[in-house]
Amino acid sequence: MNKEPLSIALVGNPNTGKSTIFNALTGLRQKIANYPGITVERKVGTTIIGGVLHKVIDLPGAYSLNYKKLDERIAYETLIGSYEHEEVPDLVLVVVDSSNLDRNLYLASQVMDLGIPVMLVLNMTDVAEGKGIKINPDLISSSLGIPVVAISAKNKTEIEKLKGEISNFDLSKPEALKWNPDDSLKEAMDLLINDWIKLHTDIPDRAQAIEALRLISEGDFKDAFYTFEDEGKGRATIRKAQQIIEQGGGNPMAAEVLLRYNFIGESTSEAATHSAQSEVSITDRIDAFVTHKVAGPVIFTLVLLFMFQAIFSWATPFMDMIDLLFVEGGNWVANTLPDGMLNDLLVDGVIAGLGGVVIFLPQILFLFFFIYILEGTGYMARAAFVMDGFMTKVGLHGRSVVPLMSGFACAIPGIMATRTIENWRDRIITIMVLPFMACSARLPVYALMIAAFIPSTTVLGIFTLQGITFFGLYIFGIVMAVFAAVVMKRIFPTGQQTPFIMELPAYKMPKWSVVFQNTAERGKVFITEAGKIIVAISIVLWFLASFPKTEMPQVVQSESTEYDSSFDITENPESYQLRHSFAGRFGKMIEPVIEPLGFDWKIGIGLITSFAAREVMVGTLNTIYSIEEEDGESSTLKEKLINDVNPETGKPVYSIATAISLMIFFALAMQCMSTIAIVKRETNSWKWPTAMFVYMTALAYISSFIAFQIGSNL
Amino acid sequence: MALFLSDISSPDTYRVKNIQGADTTRLLEMGITPGIDLKVVRKAPLGFPIEIKVRGYLLTLRESEAKCIEIEG
Ligand SMILES: Nc1nc2c(ncn2[C@@H]2O[C@H](COP(=O)(O)OP(=O)(O)OP(=O)(O)O)[C@@H](O)[C@H]2O)c(=O)[nH]1
Ligand SMILES: [Mg+2]
Repeated sequence: MNKEPLSIALVGNPNTGKSTIFNALTGLRQKIANYPGITVERKVGTTIIGGVLHKVIDLPGAYSLNYKKLDERIAYETLIGSYEHEEVPDLVLVVVDSSNLDRNLYLASQVMDLGIPVMLVLNMTDVAEGKGIKINPDLISSSLGIPVVAISAKNKTEIEKLKGEISNFDLSKPEALKWNPDDSLKEAMDLLINDWIKLHTDIPDRAQAIEALRLISEGDFKDAFYTFEDEGKGRATIRKAQQIIEQGGGNPMAAEVLLRYNFIGESTSEAATHSAQSEVSITDRIDAFVTHKVAGPVIFTLVLLFMFQAIFSWATPFMDMIDLLFVEGGNWVANTLPDGMLNDLLVDGVIAGLGGVVIFLPQILFLFFFIYILEGTGYMARAAFVMDGFMTKVGLHGRSVVPLMSGFACAIPGIMATRTIENWRDRIITIMVLPFMACSARLPVYALMIAAFIPSTTVLGIFTLQGITFFGLYIFGIVMAVFAAVVMKRIFPTGQQTPFIMELPAYKMPKWSVVFQNTAERGKVFITEAGKIIVAISIVLWFLASFPKTEMPQVVQSESTEYDSSFDITENPESYQLRHSFAGRFGKMIEPVIEPLGFDWKIGIGLITSFAAREVMVGTLNTIYSIEEEDGESSTLKEKLINDVNPETGKPVYSIATAISLMIFFALAMQCMSTIAIVKRETNSWKWPTAMFVYMTALAYISSFIAFQIGSNL
Repeated sequence: MALFLSDISSPDTYRVKNIQGADTTRLLEMGITPGIDLKVVRKAPLGFPIEIKVRGYLLTLRESEAKCIEIEG
């Protein structure tokens, strides 16, 4: 029995079920999907086995410890204890896909060389069975010399079995180099370890053999994460080691891999048997259609359009319900609490601000629901395959498809997902254009403007003008992203063609419990995160918009008297007060800058607050307009916007041109502090986030300017 | 004359003869080892990438990778 608390790392090829096992053990909710490369960072949780609290670490998938991408590197660094000074795990669970044993065991054989206790978890036994593969875990265990447990992570009792095995494991270390490197490879490794790695690097002992093998096959330090001196000597030593292998008749890039595969072949030849299976699987049949030369791109386009349509129309009834709830709730609070500042603050500040944003929850839930279904089935990998040719032409990569599509939900997970793109140039271009994808934070602004100012006329029989505008905004974002990528492709010199070696996982039914759980989780995050910022900003804003208190002059204006431009007969006292508040004065100050775009000072304040997060815009407008409203009446924000009149000109503040200009501004401007922060983190410099902010916002200003000037002169 | 995976145009099964070029290690690691059979399943809309089936799973390759895979004629 393991009485000591252990740190247990989950390692394995992408898409083998590591996060599924992690969630089952820890009760946490790591994202799970049928796409290789969903987990891109290290995640820690705990599990109790036999009364002992163990630490569990979920890692990104890797095909090899000889990493090619950032996500794979994180797995390797964690295993050898170089990742952010974390300790080496006490036990590694190598999770393998039983339906694809040989390739999965390649990584397992590498991990066994690290001198850490290893247990092999044969996962997806149900899938293997379906493919007619029979595996004898005991035979594999005896030929590899490590404990083996066969499970299906979907099944709760089998997770218990895994826990039992963990608690009974004596933590013996596997025999290193069991795959028997031949003499020349051994000689080359020894040379590198003794003449270079031991003397000049800080690679821990346990990882020296693996690192030597990595250097021999890479032939260079490409992307080394540790420090060393005297690069020249290192290169010479690597070259010498490679020459030893070449003299023995081998290829330094192939020697290790071939020996490992030989070893694996011997270990599994008896243990795994394939029965004759039907030639054409369900996956093959679906793929014949979905990845078809012509049908494939058409299907991809239809999938996108269907998703936008669902967000646009299916969510409406729920949104109306929420809207009503907040208006009624606000009225109820206003009438129940005694009049005064607290009442104003709650009703005009907090409830108005929050209501303006919560209303978009249904759309956001629909969006995430769709993305999770697409990811859960395995379609996303096909989308990457089908779109790769086009993506490469415009300076992106097939692997950019998934980050970009996550961008419809939120740029932040999208930018993180670019870790699966191996080439730096492809990755940076993807990051730089990703915020153009119409993220869910823009939805509130789009939806409000469309509902209020775009007529709901029917066009061509089946489409509505509102729907077309909505789709248009999504397409606009995509087109701008493509356009920006094409420009950046010219700016950054092209290297040679980058690899696109991606596994297409077999189709699976999405796990509905996971889809619903993840969707609900995203909804919760949206409400709490947006809620926090919005409540804070609403309160501050309410204060700035309500003070200092100024009385409207009591002179009764007659037609004949001189006209005071700051005062108008049609204006109510609340509106007068608002214009003379701190916020009003500040807004007036910046008005000249945004006036050419068709925006008044109230929109201006919204633009400023929305640099914290886009959805704050709607909350801000809601707060401002609620303060302006005469006591006792309460209408929805949409009505307030439509009825808003400029007291100086007597014309409506919003025209269609203003609404379009505002939507274009939101489509293009970089108004999200979290995105800036994540780009800084992922690129490790301020250069990229600064460039992103400047080019996007400049583009937004110019485009809105043109749109408004043309629109208002038509 | 050596025949490479990038040269073939018909979806069929081929036996791998040798792997060479810059991506050798990676292709081998993915299980495309000499002597193994691989099936070309289809090509993407613009001709590349291609989709192959090897060791029972599906994998995509671009032209530059297909050029590294020598097959038996
Ligand atoms: N049929 C079946 N499906 C499974 C099993 N375990 C996991 N899955 C599914 O396999 C897919 C991948 O699971 P994940 O847990 O996300 O895999 P992962 O190893 O964390 O993947 P990456 O983070 O991309 O490396 C999901 O669709 C899971 O629902 C299993 O035992 N049987
Ligand atoms: Mg995972």
